[in-house]
Amino acid sequence: MVPADFLPILVLIIVAVGMSAIAIALSALLGPHKSTPTKLMPYESGMVPVGDARLRFSIRFFVVAILFILFDVEAIFFYPWAVYFRRLGLFALIQIVVFVGILFVGYFYAWRKGALEWE
Amino acid sequence: MSIDWIELIIVVVKALIVAFGLLIGFAYLTWFERRLVGRFQMRIGPNRVGPAGLLQPVADALKMFFKEDFVPGQADKPLFIMAPGIAMSAVLISFAVVPVGPSIRLFGREITLYLADVNVGMLVVIAVLSLGVYGIILGGWASNNKYSLLGGLRGAAQVISYELPYGLSLVGVFMLAGSLSLKDIVEAQARVPFIVLQPLAAIVFFFAAVAEANRSPFDLVEAENELVAGYHTEYSSIKFALYFMAEYISMIVASALMVTLFLGGWQGPFLPGIVWFFIKLVFMLFVFVWIRATWPRIRYDRLMAWSWKLLVPLSVANILVTAGALVLRDMGVF
Amino acid sequence: MSLTQAVFILLGGMAVLGALGMVTLRNLFHSALAMILALFSIAGIYVLLEAEFLAVVQVLVYVGAIAMLILFGIMLTRDIVGRASAVRNRQWPLALAVSAGLLAVLAVALVRAAWPLATYAPAQGGVADLGLALMGPYALPFEVASVLLLVAMVGALIIAREARE
Repeated sequence: MVPADFLPILVLIIVAVGMSAIAIALSALLGPHKSTPTKLMPYESGMVPVGDARLRFSIRFFVVAILFILFDVEAIFFYPWAVYFRRLGLFALIQIVVFVGILFVGYFYAWRKGALEWE
Repeated sequence: MSIDWIELIIVVVKALIVAFGLLIGFAYLTWFERRLVGRFQMRIGPNRVGPAGLLQPVADALKMFFKEDFVPGQADKPLFIMAPGIAMSAVLISFAVVPVGPSIRLFGREITLYLADVNVGMLVVIAVLSLGVYGIILGGWASNNKYSLLGGLRGAAQVISYELPYGLSLVGVFMLAGSLSLKDIVEAQARVPFIVLQPLAAIVFFFAAVAEANRSPFDLVEAENELVAGYHTEYSSIKFALYFMAEYISMIVASALMVTLFLGGWQGPFLPGIVWFFIKLVFMLFVFVWIRATWPRIRYDRLMAWSWKLLVPLSVANILVTAGALVLRDMGVF
Repeated sequence: MSLTQAVFILLGGMAVLGALGMVTLRNLFHSALAMILALFSIAGIYVLLEAEFLAVVQVLVYVGAIAMLILFGIMLTRDIVGRASAVRNRQWPLALAVSAGLLAVLAVALVRAAWPLATYAPAQGGVADLGLALMGPYALPFEVASVLLLVAMVGALIIAREARE
């Protein structure tokens, strides 16, 4: 049964989350609490912070995230294919060569357009 | 599905053993690393607390609990508190499907030396580890500090970039084993460990695993010369320790996976399985520390290029070559 | 109550909580996180339905990748981060009507449905069966999927390029 196989994972999730919660609660109880206005200020190597930390950042991060999703989905197609591969042989090989071939057109397009570059 | 109480108790006990085992593993890995790096740098390393410094991790843990646990004024409080917990829980849960030995008999019951064996085993590990990135990005965001935010973003971009070669390099292993379950993968290595058949995959996977764990030389998120301590700049006390724990436990998980996927897992002559697993695990951990002591930190643009321009195409090429070789072999060419 | 039911109630409750949080929280960043909770709980429900590959894919793609992209998107946009956004705008009566209509349609469909029980056992092979299907009857959709991914990649790069200029 599949759900029963996953039960230990659920138990470990509960143990792990419980353990971190207890650790955080314990240290909040045990440690001292003496906050001063300077201590509560964001740390900027001793300078008084200018402006808010919620800056806008480079679109690069967004492009990386999009490329990541696309390749992640590609990888997911590989897994069931790989498990069954040995039973089909040549046909599966041809199939994956076509699949990878089409995707690598996109990969080289991204490379040429400089999307893999980090300036 | 009715509840089998004894079975449930066994599962809970095993989950507690895994969790506390990893905690103790983390504590002694810090000692192991500090002693080793000390030797590499012609120093002695911590040797004052207890024999050979063996009580040093205990002293550190106690200190962490009694340090002031403060939340910066501008921070998003609930997220700030949750983030390190997420980081630690994610890596801890990923150990659930790693088999540390063949099953043993105890009190007339068959006890398996893994917590769970599911037929999508390795994908569970990849999926759960991918949740760890939230610990980084939430910590960076919630601190409301410029260093933290930048460190968090960089860390998130790094982790997702290296997740691709991490998953893709394993496709060759899945092809050889014909399964995603880690137990089946270990058993498929009864004659030849996969590092012999899949050397390229092993190397790509290892580098990706080092980067996923944010370990040197890919520890860009905490590049202290530019970002102070990255996403955990504002963290103190046990919350800082949880981030630290996440890094070290993910090193243990990465080593355990290297052992399971490429080094034949618990299989070996003469000694019992669990001993072999442990010997191989310590060897992989030694490699992690060795790399840290040897290589300088890589630049951020190179880090991203490494994954996208080198490791991703290499792992896809490995899939095609493996597929070709398997077809030729099954056709009887060699 | 069996263990399966207890776990289902736990997961279902978490999913509903996450969904409610997503529409009611005022901080956009927090709503995205509530959405992640809902997506994650749904992965757990897939496990209960013996669709473990789908569950793993749900976590890998939706929780691990798409939700991440949404968080990046929120952080990338000036002026909406940190500021509490209004939960309502002028279109709320229209939205209410549409939602009520959808609820009515779904409710009727749910009540009217015959809910046939499966007469055969669910496939046991799991991932291997999926591999077989991808290489047999669904070989063409499998290849076309890569074309779809290619189109998405080119499109994303062009949009990102325009945004930078």
